[in-house]
Amino acid sequence: MFNKKNAAKSVAITGVGQSEVGRPSAKTAMQLTIDACKQALNDAGLSRDDIDGIACWPGDNNNGDAFSPVGPSALISALGLKVNWYGGGYEGPGPLAGIINGAMAIDSGLCKHVLVFRTITEASKRQTDKTSSALTNKTVGRDSSFSWQWYTPFNVLSGINLMAMYAQRHFHEFGTTSEQLGQIPVTCRNNAQLNPNAVFNNKPMTLDDYLASRYISTPLRLLDCDVHCDASTVIILSRADIAKDMPNKPIHIESMGAALHQSWSWDQINLTGMATIDAANMMWQGTDLKPSDVGTAQLYDGFSILTLIWMESLGFCSLGEGGAFIEGGQRIARDGIIPINTNGGQLSAGRTHGLGYVHEACTQLWGRAGARQVKDHQVSIAAAGGGPLAGCLLLSRDI
Amino acid sequence: MIRKLPLLNKDNATFWQQGAFNNLMIHHCASCQQYFHPPAPVCFHCLSEDVMPKKTSGKGTVASFTINHQKWQPDLEVPYIVAIIELTDQKGLRFVSNIVEINPDEVFIGMPVSVIFEEIDDIWLPLFKKEA
Ligand SMILES: [Zn+2]
Repeated sequence: MFNKKNAAKSVAITGVGQSEVGRPSAKTAMQLTIDACKQALNDAGLSRDDIDGIACWPGDNNNGDAFSPVGPSALISALGLKVNWYGGGYEGPGPLAGIINGAMAIDSGLCKHVLVFRTITEASKRQTDKTSSALTNKTVGRDSSFSWQWYTPFNVLSGINLMAMYAQRHFHEFGTTSEQLGQIPVTCRNNAQLNPNAVFNNKPMTLDDYLASRYISTPLRLLDCDVHCDASTVIILSRADIAKDMPNKPIHIESMGAALHQSWSWDQINLTGMATIDAANMMWQGTDLKPSDVGTAQLYDGFSILTLIWMESLGFCSLGEGGAFIEGGQRIARDGIIPINTNGGQLSAGRTHGLGYVHEACTQLWGRAGARQVKDHQVSIAAAGGGPLAGCLLLSRDI
Repeated sequence: MIRKLPLLNKDNATFWQQGAFNNLMIHHCASCQQYFHPPAPVCFHCLSEDVMPKKTSGKGTVASFTINHQKWQPDLEVPYIVAIIELTDQKGLRFVSNIVEINPDEVFIGMPVSVIFEEIDDIWLPLFKKEA
């Protein structure tokens, strides 16, 4: 059984930063990254010399790809850092893997302060190449990848084809409807109206707008997909005993979920529970807190169906009952039982891809969210991933 | 329809090429008598290396599907159907394919299907059609 005294508890979040979120931005990927780093260091009251670890998911793939143009190596070089440990790489439990790895580096004694970052420039890339993110572009010539060779020959050219099949199965097994699922993009869009940095700020959207949007891959529509942006997000992790003397009230990582107890596969896993169910179960095993203690849930919405599956896996409602739970949207609104994606999520604030959820969870926990601030709370969840990728964090702020 | 093709190796070649003889071959373990996919030199159920491709029935059901409407590449013909097929030979033995020779509106979860092969270069892609 999983040990409750896990690595998470010795680590706290002590500062956050985010660059402008452009669609596109005129700044380079490295400039966006530096902007976010300086903001986060300032927020944590740290200097460059305090940072002794760097973590990133997925990091650079030796090709400067717009999905992840800046990795730890480039950032160490740019900032002149002297680190005890650094790491990146795609093969981890989803977009929060940088946080999970960084927490382990601190708990193991390698580091005191780890800077975790994620930079993405997909909006710029799309200005010149709309097909840049097709899965067929991951390999040159014939598909030699472990995973994608089983999908690209059948013209699975985007992850949406796989997520759409999870949605179709959810609709089939549990009677979930488009009208119900549409509450996720509508809720995100409502929240984005109160976030001046959101891509879709000042662009309201109704459920009718959602239902009128064209199908990309049935039953998922254009408005079920997140919006590309150029941005960088930074989260500073610090050893908990040091964090208590830093400027911000430490936000402890109460528990982490990173488990995968099924095949690493997009089609042989539980189609309506994915890996999220393993990660969520692990996270709750590491704590005495319960879903009812959670003030906001910042849940991956690269595609809307993933948010719904995260809600079920995390126990905000029973498995299969997510559609009924979100119907009408009241329960997930900012004044609802469990407010979700309070900054607009990736669907409406921008596809910052992972760390944006942690940034918003902390922003809310510290009471800094301005017009979109929800009622005072101490506990939040950030969760990211879909298919075989899943990681989640239970965050708890000191009083 | 344009398609990206897989790079062949000793592990995957029978899956991608035995369609030439109208066979859908999936790796099978002589030790625990179970199929496993994707093909590998070891059985992920029991770790036996006494494994080899075995002919399946080529019949299955639609575990889920989607109708793709987006033209991801300029020369892509849309719409087309992507599906997760579960073979009748073993519960949970699933992989992604396309359903062809059907009006997209007529596909449903649970629909019985059987394999047909599309030959492209040295690959025989296992596609599925509604079982007659
Ligand atoms: Zn076996």
